[in-house]
Amino acid sequence: MTQASDVGTAARGGAHVYEEGCPTTPTVHEVRSEEDLLAVRHAVRAATLRAGFSIVDQTRVVTAASELARNAYVHGGGGTVTIEFPDRNGTPGLRLTVRDDGPGIPDLSAALTDGFTTGAGLGHGLGGARRLMDEFEIDTAAGQGTTVTVTRWAVR
Amino acid sequence: MSSASSNGVPILRLGDVLVTGLLNELDDKSAIAFTEELTARITTDRARGVLIDISRLEIIDSFVARTLMELTTMARLLGARVIVAGMRPPVAITLVELGLQLTGVETALNAEQGMTALGWHRVPAPPEGVMRDTSQ
Amino acid sequence: MSTTEAAARERVLAVLRAEADDIADRWVQLQMAQAPLGDGVSESELREESDALLSALISGLDSDGPVARLVSGHPELRQAVCDLSLRRARAGASPTDTSLAVLALKEAMLEAVQRQTENSAALFGAAVLINRLLDSAGVLSFETYVEGREEIIRRQSRQLLEVSTPVVRLWRQVLAVPLIGTLDTARTQVVMENLLQGIEEHEARVAIIDITGVPTVDTAVAQHLMQTVNAVRLMGADCVISGIRPPIAQTIAQLGIDLSTILTRATLSDALAAAVKLTDTPSARPTPADR
Repeated sequence: MTQASDVGTAARGGAHVYEEGCPTTPTVHEVRSEEDLLAVRHAVRAATLRAGFSIVDQTRVVTAASELARNAYVHGGGGTVTIEFPDRNGTPGLRLTVRDDGPGIPDLSAALTDGFTTGAGLGHGLGGARRLMDEFEIDTAAGQGTTVTVTRWAVR
Repeated sequence: MSSASSNGVPILRLGDVLVTGLLNELDDKSAIAFTEELTARITTDRARGVLIDISRLEIIDSFVARTLMELTTMARLLGARVIVAGMRPPVAITLVELGLQLTGVETALNAEQGMTALGWHRVPAPPEGVMRDTSQ
Repeated sequence: MSTTEAAARERVLAVLRAEADDIADRWVQLQMAQAPLGDGVSESELREESDALLSALISGLDSDGPVARLVSGHPELRQAVCDLSLRRARAGASPTDTSLAVLALKEAMLEAVQRQTENSAALFGAAVLINRLLDSAGVLSFETYVEGREEIIRRQSRQLLEVSTPVVRLWRQVLAVPLIGTLDTARTQVVMENLLQGIEEHEARVAIIDITGVPTVDTAVAQHLMQTVNAVRLMGADCVISGIRPPIAQTIAQLGIDLSTILTRATLSDALAAAVKLTDTPSARPTPADR
């Protein structure tokens, strides 16, 4: 039971789940090409490992990142993905901010509905990413670009 | 028997079954090229079944899911049955949470069970009792 | 910033710098007297904590930040207060002990300022500042304490979930997971994870989900069941749901929940019989649309 030992460490006051020597400073990744999409996945996977995520949580976060980065690339004409390492009272987390300067989303509630698509996916991108993460925030308006911020905690 | 396709994903032929797999580094262009090549091979090789091993796929996003579903539909139209084998548990969990069920796609636990479903049977090993009997 | 406040700030800062050691000693002493902390926090830890908080207070007061937002706005100070509260939350200290700890620091600081200040107007100004500063520290400390406890509760309930969803092997290639209690999102995730891992390990062809111990099945529970079944199918295995009691069958019918794509049986033994039959037929498993 790894969970039990986690609590044990926390109870002793040493809540440092990150491995020593690993930088947990934010990183910014460009999304301008299909190769960049793969690079973002790699970077997010590495970040989930660093934050001590379980294999299922790693997969959730990388998949959400892939959906959001693809959205920014396909609909926003490219953008950036920022990876951050927030901390909630000793619980490590991962926050992704996906930003593009594209046309924005005029009808947000429609875009969050499953099956809505204007591109080459299945229309589960935004709504799916929201389900895969613990926190989801979106800031968009027609002509204003789109910023999606999602967070997942290692233990909920 | 085998051929390396233009995008680096090999497609093998075993009798009337085509065997192939998907890798993590599949980008959108190669996915499309792969679909085109596979459907072409179904026709030229007169394949009745296609086994796609995805045990090395670490994530399936909606793009890869769509590729798999389209492949299945196209293959069915060409008279071949597609079985997707070896999905990893984290991938399956993420996929249903994403809201995708791969509707219409047949799945198998691993390549071996997928091949069995496509009509391939492992040659049974000679009964062990025979060997023991002669040694007695 | 008013001149009186600036003066008071200077004074408190000067006292802290001059008497940091004495204040820390006194604070530890007051805390030990107020509430024995048990095994959680030792005296030497208390002393370390005091030194950290006092040095954070000094650097906070020395900065430009306004007093009202000093505790929440100054990173080092905020961290020191949070650490203090979290340590107590984890050690199982009561909320009273935690707020008393902060109040004790107020007392220790006031005593020190009193020793160092003759002028009663200046003393009053300094006392007001110390009060404001430590009151906001108290509020932050309490918030952090509550969040810390919630975090522990979250961890524990997750552990409880994991031990309460065992996956058992019933037959060659047949697994079962008996569900007891309700099926919410968190529970579904744990069940799925354990079940799918079991399927991979045992190369299982059929998974039985027994819901005898689930008190009610509403649309949300049904949705979570469907999600689990779909994940099992994606792995290439089949799912049988057993233990649907008559009242639950009634509810499912009345709510119009469609479980028609799932094989269901009344009892676990019926389900096992159906499962064993399924393992005899060599097949990949088609998703619902194929049926």
